[in-house]
Amino acid sequence: MALLPEKLIRIIKLPVFLLCLGPLSVLVWKGFHDRLGANPVDVITRTTGRWTLTFLLIALSVTPARKLLHMPWLIRYRRMLGLFAFFYGSLHLMTYVWLDKFFDVPMMLHDIAKRRFITAGMTAWTLMLPLALTSTSGWIRRLGGKRWQKLHRLIYLSAIAGVIHFIWLVKADLRRPLTYGAILAVLLLYRIAAWAITRFRPKEPLAVAEARPGS
Amino acid sequence: MLFKKPSDIPSSEITPKAAYLNRRKFITGAAATGAAIAAGLYLRNSGGHEAQAAGAKLTGIVKSQFSVTEAPTSFKDITNYNNYYEFSTDKYAPNGLSANFRTRPWTVAIEGLVKKPQRLDIDAITKLASLEERIYRHRCVEGWSMVIPWVGYPLSVLINKAEPLGSAKFVAFETIFAPDQMPNQRSTSVLPWPYVEGLRMDEAMHPLTILVLGLYDEVLPNVDGAPLRLAVPWKYGFKSIKAIVKIKFTDKMPSTTWNIMAPEEYGFYSNVNPTVDHPRWSQATERKIGSSIFAPKQPTLMFNGYGDKVASLYSGMDLRKNY
Repeated sequence: MALLPEKLIRIIKLPVFLLCLGPLSVLVWKGFHDRLGANPVDVITRTTGRWTLTFLLIALSVTPARKLLHMPWLIRYRRMLGLFAFFYGSLHLMTYVWLDKFFDVPMMLHDIAKRRFITAGMTAWTLMLPLALTSTSGWIRRLGGKRWQKLHRLIYLSAIAGVIHFIWLVKADLRRPLTYGAILAVLLLYRIAAWAITRFRPKEPLAVAEARPGS
Repeated sequence: MLFKKPSDIPSSEITPKAAYLNRRKFITGAAATGAAIAAGLYLRNSGGHEAQAAGAKLTGIVKSQFSVTEAPTSFKDITNYNNYYEFSTDKYAPNGLSANFRTRPWTVAIEGLVKKPQRLDIDAITKLASLEERIYRHRCVEGWSMVIPWVGYPLSVLINKAEPLGSAKFVAFETIFAPDQMPNQRSTSVLPWPYVEGLRMDEAMHPLTILVLGLYDEVLPNVDGAPLRLAVPWKYGFKSIKAIVKIKFTDKMPSTTWNIMAPEEYGFYSNVNPTVDHPRWSQATERKIGSSIFAPKQPTLMFNGYGDKVASLYSGMDLRKNY
């Protein structure tokens, strides 16, 4: 159960990739069939925004899932999931830049400076940008594993900014954004707990864990 | 339409409502039979009230000089995209969720500082004055707009019937509280219920302020606030309260729901004003519902374009402070 053969991991990548394209396909299909409702721009904005946060949370679930479920091979899908978060985030940003603001740069700068939910959203996307750019194996080598890992902890800040963005834009009824917030809180608490355990635990059990082959 | 036709669709190309309904008729033939039986049973059970359910045709509607000349938004969009938080915070959901909302029997209580406090039945209210078609611009505080052919008559008709005292300075309105029919009213996490709104006396008496009983040439659909709502076209949409059950005259400025929720975002007046931004978004432009997604938003007009008729109500007031 813990180990999947290399070949299977590779084969599963394609259906996972196609599945991740699902939300976009649905959106495009609806666009061509006049099913985006009375305010299509609003639907496109919300859908891409929600999937950005969803993919961020899925990507952040990979580490806890592989540890808790003893499925180390899950790590092989994390990069793709993270890049999909960036992909949907970029579509979300493009919707704003093109369909909402019509490339009106002064208006957008004014928005970013003045509207705190836009500030939070831009922060979230900007923090994802260096992570997407350095997601290749080449960049992991160039930066070195440790430094690369440190850089990629920015994802925590990006996700927090993303949830704050969602909370701040809602008029009333915070149930949906707070659900995302609660899931993110659990995922971050897991990391704090994991860090605390390795930091404060006596050396002995760690050595045992490390001695286990294949984990 | 979305990707194939980037330019604005001329209004001549929009499917007339009758044709659109005809197509639907073909599909819903069987369902209609069942619905007819259900409606029959409902009418029999509701004690012989007049069949003024949503969808029934209204007759004798006269045109109004206050109508704008822009092409109205489609019936489909008006009835499938709006804020009706009692049903849902999702703008696409109230249409389905309000389908079985009961608008009969319905009475409206008129009370407070008036000579003749009274309770009026909705069918009596409908007959108080001749119905006018008022094609109004409708601007939501969220930055989208429609052009809506409301049917109704001036609110002043009803107000005069109650004979307000000289001490009455404001009018407070209240939406029905019916948690058994309005799912979001079962929880206070959305808004404090019932929804309340208010107008200054001169705003309420203004000829542009109407009691709405219909849309296009039909009885007002449930989703748009049946059986009666306000339309105050120079103010943001949330001021035009839906499903009214109480009208109270007071000498103090009444509380209004969104002002209670977020006073720094929604003022008592809430006049459409492109120069006063909502703290979280700009009010300078609006997206006209029904326009192509590749069309830029259009500029928002002061008082939603009704400045020549209402600006004098606010002369000498700082509209930045009194937003």
